[in-house]
Amino acid sequence: MAQLSFGQAVNNALDLAMNMDESVFLAGEGVGISIHYDPNMPSHGLLGKYGPKRVKDTPVSEAAIAGLAVGASCMGLRPVVEIMFLPFITLATDMLVNHAGKLQYLSGGKSTFPLTVRVKAGVNFAAGCQHSHNLEAWLAHSPGLKVVFPSTPEDAKGLLLSAIFDPNPVIVIEEMGLYWGKGEVPEGDYRVPLGKARIALPGKDCTLVSYGGATHTAIEAAKILSKENISIEIIDLRTLVPLDRDCLLNSVKKTGRLVVLHDATKFGGFGAEIAAIVAEDAFEFLKAPIKRVAAPDIPVPFSPTQEKFYKPNADMVVDAVKSILN
Amino acid sequence: MEPQANSVRLKTMYEKMVLIRKFEERIIELVQEQGRIPGMQILANGQEAVAVGIIEALKAEDVIVSNHRSHGHLLAKGADPKHLMAEIMGKATGVNKGKSGTLHLAVPEVNALMTSTVVGAGPPLAAGAAFAQQYRNEPNITVVFFGDGAAAEGSVHEAMNLAALWKLPLLFVCENNCWAGAQSYAQHCSVGEIAQRGIAYGMPGEFVDGNDVKKVYALALSMAEYCREGKGPALIEAKTYRMRGHGENDHQHYVDKAELEYWAKKCPIRSLKEKMLKDGIVTENELQAIETKTLAIVAEAVAFGDASPFPLAKEALNDVWA
Ligand SMILES: Cc1ncc(C[n+]2csc(CCOP(=O)(O)OP(=O)(O)O)c2C)c(N)n1
Ligand SMILES: [Mg+2]
Repeated sequence: MAQLSFGQAVNNALDLAMNMDESVFLAGEGVGISIHYDPNMPSHGLLGKYGPKRVKDTPVSEAAIAGLAVGASCMGLRPVVEIMFLPFITLATDMLVNHAGKLQYLSGGKSTFPLTVRVKAGVNFAAGCQHSHNLEAWLAHSPGLKVVFPSTPEDAKGLLLSAIFDPNPVIVIEEMGLYWGKGEVPEGDYRVPLGKARIALPGKDCTLVSYGGATHTAIEAAKILSKENISIEIIDLRTLVPLDRDCLLNSVKKTGRLVVLHDATKFGGFGAEIAAIVAEDAFEFLKAPIKRVAAPDIPVPFSPTQEKFYKPNADMVVDAVKSILN
Repeated sequence: MEPQANSVRLKTMYEKMVLIRKFEERIIELVQEQGRIPGMQILANGQEAVAVGIIEALKAEDVIVSNHRSHGHLLAKGADPKHLMAEIMGKATGVNKGKSGTLHLAVPEVNALMTSTVVGAGPPLAAGAAFAQQYRNEPNITVVFFGDGAAAEGSVHEAMNLAALWKLPLLFVCENNCWAGAQSYAQHCSVGEIAQRGIAYGMPGEFVDGNDVKKVYALALSMAEYCREGKGPALIEAKTYRMRGHGENDHQHYVDKAELEYWAKKCPIRSLKEKMLKDGIVTENELQAIETKTLAIVAEAVAFGDASPFPLAKEALNDVWA
């Protein structure tokens, strides 16, 4: 075990993957030379170590970056490309949604696309709505794309390594605000399987499902609730697609209550899918209505007062949980 | 408008450039006074002659579309420094009520129609604005500012083809400041001059020294005239330099210090000042008066921003729908 920041853990995974497999290469805007000189940045130092053949700074061209990954992966390389911020993935979506997610199917299973797209997300860095916009539900809604959203340094490493060596296209969303936070990270080729959720906190009164940065809000809420002897079971999904339905359903069957939390907007958000699955498959175990805690259905505002208002916080989770107890 | 900037116009342009410089220098100080300004600030220090030279050649009715490095464009177009600063500070009195902050400032009342921080988004948006002008037979044109980095986005190429095909009154202004983030021009662009790409779309493309406001103005005037006459779009590449980092959190660890020094000597404001003094267009006293006046405007803007409240949290819910 080593104490690593989230960013260092990602860096460690990239480093190991490149070291283990010559077919792994990195491409993206500033993955080689970045405006930030910070070891907590995921690709820090890799250009120096692996050279410009394998660490490729690209022009500002998201469609070409994603297309490059699709084409190169079909040829047997393992591209790990970066889209700088989640809203800019809209420029890459034709390549991802219509191609990465569909070409294997269209080939009748003959071709595979072992590519990874890393992308940064976050709603609390005062950049406004064209930099902050959690679009994970869009991606999860597209067949053929796996979607990963880790919350800890350990998972950031383990999931990324699994993503890189998975034979399918995987989009790994990294919560930028977590980059500097440290945690224990296993050394070596450590993998966390895709499609396995994590019980971040065992509990009995209510299941609280979350992922990515919101998991930390969930933990904060659970601490507040524990002072009132309310015991929360937090599920950190880790992977949205494929989804760990068993973990979700088993927990709800045990607690009888469900609150879903995410930083993305509520309407049509990923929480709706979680709620629907539980309503379909565990309805008879529910003791109370399902609650969703999510952002309001507006773009992320810039002003600090309003950005704070936008982002779901622990108090909102506490209120939601209490509203369905008794 | 006279084809060559006369001495009155040169002084006007000088004053505008100084205002932009002082406005942004004050932002640098506010960034350093932790907590005075939220978010990352992206400044156009060193690029003032492009914004001013281009916009000076336009009419008030002409429309501009800007990008993430927009303060200079907006001030040159006549946006009120007080409400601009208030927006940058995230205040309720800001031009966009605190919804935008520095990155997507829209000041439609001065025909600064919109700003996108999505690199390369400006040109297609501007094609739409120019289409509306053409559709209504207006005698006005649209100008879009985009960076050398943006020139690599597919959206820019699509907009160029469409605008040329439909002969839209659209002036593309590529502000080549030698950098796209930490990637130098040579690291991200396939051709020596982006202006050369004009020919690929069947529109005139001209290269200009973007640190020489007089040259920028003269070229902008003739290109704007071309667009206004209904001949179609035109492309200007104005070569300049990004004197600060990409944003204020970028400390330029990747920039060659000699290159910075070289461009510092080519400061568009200082060279214009020296030229005007040499030509006897301006006196030291007048220069001092401009300095005092612009500093007062900036001080007033910051005081206005400071005195303004933040918007109410709940007001975040407004303005999503018309
Ligand atoms: C679609 C998109 N991709 C990436 C970014 C991140 N980004 C912001 S500015 C920038 C560099 C743009 O360079 P250039 O167009 O030359 O403008 P400059 O910053 O030099 O003014 C990048 C990559 C973005 N805002 N939008
Ligand atoms: Mg540039």
